[in-house]
Amino acid sequence: MSPITRSLGRARALVARSGFPYRSAPTPNGVTPAPQRPRLGSDFDTSWARRYPARLTRAALVEGVMRPTMTILADPRVYGLDRLGQLDGPVIFAANHHSHADTPLMLTTIPDPWRHRTVVGAAADYFFGTRIGGTIAALTIGAIPIERTKVGRRSADMTRELIDDGWSLLIFPEGGRSPDGWGQPFRGGAAYLAIRCDVPVVPIHIQGTGRILRKGRILPQPSSTTVTFGDPLIAHDGENARRFAERLETAVAALADEATTDWWQARKRAHAGTSPDLTGPQAGAWRRIWALGKNDRQTQTRRRRWPNL
Amino acid sequence: MSSNADPYKTSNKHLAPRPGFVLDVDRSSPPILFHHGDQFKLEKLPAGRSRVIYPPEPLEGLADPEGAIRHALANPIGDSEPLAALLHPDMKLTIAFDDISLPLPPMRRPDIRQRIIEAVLDLAAEAGVDDVHLIAALAIHRRMTEDELRHAVGDRVYDAFAPSGRLYNHDAEDPDGMVVLGETPHGEDVQFSRRAAESDLVVYVNINIVSMDGGHKSTATGLSGYTSLRHHHNVHTMRNSTSFMDQKNSALHASNWRMGEVIRDAGVKIFQIETTINNNTFGRTGPLSVLQKREWEWNAKDRASFIAMQKGLEVLPSKSRRKIFSSWQAPYEMTSIQAGEVEAVHEITTANVFKQQSVAVEGQTDILTMGLPYICPYNVNSIMNPILVMCLGLGYFFNMYRGKPLVREGGVLIMSHPTPWEFHPVHHPSYIDFFEEVLADTTDPIEIERKYEKKYAEDEWYIHLYRNSYAYHGVHPFYMWYWGSHALQHLGRVIVVGGDPAAVQRMGFQSASTLQDALEMASDVVGPQATITHVKNPPIFMSDVT
Repeated sequence: MSPITRSLGRARALVARSGFPYRSAPTPNGVTPAPQRPRLGSDFDTSWARRYPARLTRAALVEGVMRPTMTILADPRVYGLDRLGQLDGPVIFAANHHSHADTPLMLTTIPDPWRHRTVVGAAADYFFGTRIGGTIAALTIGAIPIERTKVGRRSADMTRELIDDGWSLLIFPEGGRSPDGWGQPFRGGAAYLAIRCDVPVVPIHIQGTGRILRKGRILPQPSSTTVTFGDPLIAHDGENARRFAERLETAVAALADEATTDWWQARKRAHAGTSPDLTGPQAGAWRRIWALGKNDRQTQTRRRRWPNL
Repeated sequence: MSSNADPYKTSNKHLAPRPGFVLDVDRSSPPILFHHGDQFKLEKLPAGRSRVIYPPEPLEGLADPEGAIRHALANPIGDSEPLAALLHPDMKLTIAFDDISLPLPPMRRPDIRQRIIEAVLDLAAEAGVDDVHLIAALAIHRRMTEDELRHAVGDRVYDAFAPSGRLYNHDAEDPDGMVVLGETPHGEDVQFSRRAAESDLVVYVNINIVSMDGGHKSTATGLSGYTSLRHHHNVHTMRNSTSFMDQKNSALHASNWRMGEVIRDAGVKIFQIETTINNNTFGRTGPLSVLQKREWEWNAKDRASFIAMQKGLEVLPSKSRRKIFSSWQAPYEMTSIQAGEVEAVHEITTANVFKQQSVAVEGQTDILTMGLPYICPYNVNSIMNPILVMCLGLGYFFNMYRGKPLVREGGVLIMSHPTPWEFHPVHHPSYIDFFEEVLADTTDPIEIERKYEKKYAEDEWYIHLYRNSYAYHGVHPFYMWYWGSHALQHLGRVIVVGGDPAAVQRMGFQSASTLQDALEMASDVVGPQATITHVKNPPIFMSDVT
């Protein structure tokens, strides 16, 4: 046993021997324990992560680690930034979600002045289930906990306060990563928050991150990606969150069409209401994966048919 | 951003812009900034007999350009239905747009043309229009490169249309692609793009930087060829346009209007979209902002940046200087947009141009001085050759007046420019021969027109280069020379300060090393105590001379 271990053991024994006030007093019998203030999930406190020391650390991580990593892994081609030209002030960025690579890709792609003043809506149950996990998420990507099963009052209030304070929000309205490469129906959270906070939503389509780190994989694989920013959307007078979410999903579907064909074809189909659905065909698993190949530019590359003699 | 907001609301981000004004130079006046090609000079003008005309400050841009565009397309001016009502699925739609010569310098992305074309195409997509062509209406200018087209229309539109051959440069020498629609009462042939003529609707997307642009000229000139152009791009028309920037006194304007009527009567339906921009050429802030500030308002930072810029440019080779300036993109903002019937639209556009550019000036002067900048409409991403120097000074800047010319008849024009004997061999091949062959023989525009124009206009090699390379048409240098013919007729002498003496002499002008020398030389023509007026252009402005 090393001297250090011996010293630690002695200290622990000393604390164990000492009583209150060095240790907390136990709850007396017959007394109902005071309710514990929840500290995890949507109650995780992330305000410290928006103070300058944490922001500087995060900016250094984004520019010094995430950007080169994304350049190597994702080789992103970014389209449609000019559509943000007229925006002024905080916005909600809403993107489809394939992979854990989506967040660093977006954090390095969203242009100034929003890039270093954006928080990321992260699943409260997944990212903020533990103290360590929540702390890392809040520090590295500026995550804030969002309930993905419902829009909780706390999440909504916090988001509104942040937006009023000039922060923008990056959110993935599908509520989780794609299980099979196709999109999932958009939930109403992003639309609800946009209506409540009276800010525009920028629809974004991300293509290719599923090949880098799809759900269920641990090691990333380099692949090219495309990020397409769409025209900012504003809720119409009297439009409810459900309708607005549908419009948002349609806009992202049109951007997906634009990324795989061209802008003109995509606009014609968008107006005709025939943009390919983000969620793919309603068919068996293998047919969905089969159909995915048609949209996947990476798989369109010609493969060697003969051995290299 | 509510749907009820005023679409033409301005951004009001800056202090109220001040109008242009005339400064009477006295002993306390600072030296005045002169552009000198891709360099700058500070010149002290004689006190007591000099004045400087300063341009108005940039007007505020529209706060919501996209909303203004949508509003203009849905609420046309004059006898026109909203654009959406003119679109139907089985129609032929042609969208024509201004070429690289507008605006100057090229504007920052997104270009106004991109914003408008995307809005038009969005409506066309909604209506299910399949047959759409986009044409850069460049008449006999050089073809635009892929980069230039991408800059103008945006990547989305370029990628959607260019690969399938539905976005292209106008070809005025394509025998199958051009058609003569008729003749004006003055006997002028009206030649037009066949695709545009056979379309159910032509949408024209314009950027108005000077009052000469737009109106029927957009299509009657932009989509035509030599057969039409020779009727108004000639010495007679130019000498009878006093000035060609003043529509009421412009024979050029009148001829284009006559041709526009022939086009309309031939059944070509045109939906005209015109825009105006402010004169925020060098930015309200940033490295070049000092160039649009008044000298006595330069702060320590402005002065430091000017000195650094001036000294830095002095030591750089001309190629590097050109590269630096070619990379400058102006932060222009759209100040108005109007769409619908050509003439009704253009009337409002012209009023909006003057709202930005007009400066009231009292009386003419004996000597007019100007510092010519590095760019004119025909050397974007190219070289400012001596013929273009002449065209910019005697053509454009001299004609930026209404009423009377700034300089009296028989007066002297002094322009400051290095005027190098240098030509871009790809863009300006016929200019080289024009300079070597034609100007060596005569500088008289009438004589040039009579003796040489046809030969250059019909030269097979120049036509080949225009159609297949990136060359201006063979006849283009002639038009540049004619552009200055009104000034040549009006002036008693033209002096170029700091120019290549051989190049200046070839054009029939006099060369001076310094402004003081030039003023001394001018006194031979206008006397020793002649009045002097300096136009501090750019940013561009129009003098209303009374």
